[in-house]
Parts: sequence; structure tokens; C-alpha cells
Amino acid sequence: MMLEVRDLHAFYGQSHILHGVDLNVDEGEIVSLLGRNGVGRSTTCKAIMGQVVPQGQVLYRGKNLAGLRSDLVARAGIGYVPEDRQVFPTLTVRQNLELGLKKAGKFGRWTFDDVFRLFPNLAARQNNPAGVLSGGEQQMLTMCRTLMGDPDLVLIDEPTEGLAPLLVEQVGALLAEIASRGVAILLVEQKLTIALKISHRLYVMGHGKIVFEGTPADLAASPEIRQEWLEV
Amino acid sequence: MEIILVSLLNGLVYGMLLFMLASGLTLIFSMMGVLNFAHASIYMIGAYLAFEVSRWFGFLPALILAPILCGAIGAAIEIWGLRRVHHNGHIAELLFTFGLVFIVQRGVQMIWGMLPMPYRVPSYLDFPLFTLYGANFPAYRGFMLLISAGMLLAIWLLLKKTRVGLIIQAALTHPNMVSSLGHNVPMVFTGVFAGGCGLAGLAGVIGGNYLTTESSMADAMGPIVFVVVVFGGLGSLAGCFIASIIMGMIQTFAVVFDYTIADMFSPLFKVPEMDTLLGEILTVPMSRIGPLLPYALMILILLVRPRGLLGTRDT
Repeated sequence: MMLEVRDLHAFYGQSHILHGVDLNVDEGEIVSLLGRNGVGRSTTCKAIMGQVVPQGQVLYRGKNLAGLRSDLVARAGIGYVPEDRQVFPTLTVRQNLELGLKKAGKFGRWTFDDVFRLFPNLAARQNNPAGVLSGGEQQMLTMCRTLMGDPDLVLIDEPTEGLAPLLVEQVGALLAEIASRGVAILLVEQKLTIALKISHRLYVMGHGKIVFEGTPADLAASPEIRQEWLEV
Repeated sequence: MEIILVSLLNGLVYGMLLFMLASGLTLIFSMMGVLNFAHASIYMIGAYLAFEVSRWFGFLPALILAPILCGAIGAAIEIWGLRRVHHNGHIAELLFTFGLVFIVQRGVQMIWGMLPMPYRVPSYLDFPLFTLYGANFPAYRGFMLLISAGMLLAIWLLLKKTRVGLIIQAALTHPNMVSSLGHNVPMVFTGVFAGGCGLAGLAGVIGGNYLTTESSMADAMGPIVFVVVVFGGLGSLAGCFIASIIMGMIQTFAVVFDYTIADMFSPLFKVPEMDTLLGEILTVPMSRIGPLLPYALMILILLVRPRGLLGTRDT
């Protein structure tokens, strides 16, 4: 198993957000983490990345990363695309991508050419400040910035939120491209559109715990789960 | 006319000195959210260290050693102090640096006493550089301008032309994201804190003999540097630079132009007599209002434009 999260707990001050989350991601696998807003999906990502202090185990290729500083988690091979995008607004598109590299000039699976071929918009605006990009372009930039660091597993938090249908398709295409290069994906989503189509396995979260685990077909066959934990 | 030119130069000298202090403070504040009250204390330590080093080894060694020592002190404060306090939030950090101010001040008084130190401009820089309409411009002020310009260039090159500069700029807006991309942000913080303290030390070296090296010098400089940081806007070195120069000019010109507010308005309307309350306020000479002006400007900008001149986020 590539990533094994065991009995993960996390707190924001006094409030207990994660109540023992267990999940796995295997090498090259696409796994989705679904659930309504506020059930702890983003906190799960942050706890894995070391941005909130977790209790429990985050085993990555057999090594426990729980509680390590974010940069060490990143250097172990896990990439993170936060839901609020966090582009560096005053830096250019190209500089944003450069910061994705863990070391200057050290390219892995992804190069500037790859990014600019996949997203000609970013190529055309590579010397513009990232702050002036549209929401969709910022989303692509954030994902590509993380990919430049050549992670073996990426945690992607709500990449399609607030995007027009055409851009949602582009995100889907990029996810397929990522998977085709052998990178495992843990995709956090609220909507089922992309997740059902591309995932190998799905988890559904409710109240800080995993409440369902299965394949997209399993979820399709369980209307009661969808109704209780997903549909608004 | 001549007085304007000379004052412009003097204002520039003072403004650059302010920038040397404020640039470090604004970087530390915007990146780490730490309002470092002790920044001006480091400036004072820089001046006293420069006095001691120049007494034994001369001014040039002091110019190099004192900022390095101040940078090392800054690194120590960040690693063994702030970083531990950080988990308890910004109030704890604030109180921590506030406590440092008193420790440094009392420490300096215990070691060197309350009297001003005889820290003087070195003799080889103590001559008039040129004469402008009969007024001498001391070579030392030219030297201060040279050092400040060098510092400005060095900061600019570091931030705009190096990868470390790129990481620092990115960490100004989203430090957590920078960390998630695999960069050691705590180390960058320590570096920036040490660098900022080094600059404060440098300001102490060249400001200590230009102004006076005494145990109240931190109190005299601290508030005005905060005004510069707020006025210029968080996260913007350019704003900080403009604010420094403006404050330098205001303080210099207020002393030179001894007008009163009444003088300014007298061509427009009749000013109340001196013996009424309003008349008394309006006839206070500018040189006495001068020290207040930066604070008045800060309050004005907080009311009108809370993010400061070029700030990227609200104070």
C-alpha cells in the first residue's frame, strides 16, 4: 500500500474535527474522498500534509509521516493542491511554476513544455502576474505548480469548485493525464460528476469519519448512502 | 532655494536610515505576522556594538562586524524564542518582543550607563564633501547615502533575481503553500529575521554616530519605524521605501521651515488672534508640530486607506 491513513484524529482548538479516519491509496490509483461541506475532507488532506497537527498514523510507503513539517511530507513524495488555490498573485505564471520545483532545474515527470502544451492559456500568459488569471486558469496553474515538484501521490482538494462545465472537463482531462503518468491521486470532491467517472475506489465521509468505502459501481448501487451522506 | 536642496539631501539621508530599519520590520511583519517591537532595540545594540568595535579595531571593522553580530542575535531570538512562542499565537509573540525591549534597554544601561557614548564619525570621513550655496554637506552623510543605496540594490537583487528571493516573495502571501511545495519555510523565516536584524544593526552603525548613541535611542526610533511600516503598507517593500522617504522629508522640512499654520492660511482669510485658543493652536511653529506629523499621517491613512500606500493586505 502506498498511503495508509490509520485512526487519524485532528482538532481545531477545542473542536474535534476528525474522529478516526482510515483510508488507503495504492500506487497509481485514483481514489475519491466524497462528502458534504464541513465533514472533514479538507482537514484530512491538511492533516496528511502536516498543516494541522494530527493524531494517528499516516504511513507513506511504510514510513510514518504524521506530524512532520509540510515541506518534509512534500519531499517524501506527496503533492497537495489546496481548495482555495493559493496562487502567488504578485509572481508571474512561470515563477509560480518554478516554485513548484523542489530544486532549481530539477525536473521529473513534468516540464514547463508539458504544462504549456496542456494549457496554451498559461503559456500565453507566462510572464503575467498570476493574480490576474481567471479562476479556471488559476486552478490549472495550482495543479501544474504542484506537479512540477514531481509527486508520486497528489491530494487535490475540490478542483472543480466554482468552475464552468467546460473547465470541469479540462480538470478531468488533466486528472487523466496525471494518472497516465503513474501518479496516484486522492481527489476530494463534493459533486459526483468527475469522481464517478475516473475513480478506481471511493470513500464517503460523514461527521469526521469514513462512512462508506467501495467502487463507483458500489456507490451507484447504494442510493441510501447517497441520500444520507451526499445529496443535499 | 539652497535651504531646500540641503534639506532634500538631509531628508533623503534620514529617510534611507528609516528604510534600513523599516524594510526588515515590514518583511518580518508581512511574512511571519510578528510585530517585532524589539526591532529598534536591535538597532540600538548595533550602535553600541559599533562603538565598542570601532574603539578597539576602527570604524570599518565595526561596519562589517556589528551587523553580522546583530544578525546572529536575530537568528538566536527567532530560533530559541519566537519559534517556541509562536504556537501560542500572535499575542504571545507580541508580549515576547515587548519584553525584549525592556531587557535590551536595561541591559544596555547596566553595561554602558545612561550617558551618551562618545561614538563619533571616523576622522577620515569627517570633512565637508561639497559646499552648496555656502552650506557644507558633510562627507559622512554622503557615505550614509552610499551605504543605503548599496543596501537597496542588494535587497532588490536578492528578492528579484534569486530563487531564495522568489521563495520569500511567495511566503509573503501563502507561507503554508510554500511549505507544501517542499520549501523549508521555518529556515526562510529565520533567515529573513536574521537579515532584518542585520539591517537594523547596520542602521545602528551608521546612525549611531550621525544621531546619538544612548540608551533612549531605541525609544526615539521605534515608533517612527512602525509609522513607516503601517503607512507604506504590509507586504510591500516599495511602499515601505516611499513611506520612509516621505517621513524623512517631513521631519527634516518641519524643522527647517518654521512657518505656522496661521502663516499658511493668512493670505486666504483672517486668522484668529494669538490670545484665543484657536489662534494659539494655529500659531504653533511647524518645528514643534513636526514630530507629530508622521503620527497624524498614520492615523489619516488608517482611516482612509487601511492597507497603506502600496500594501497587499489590510493592517
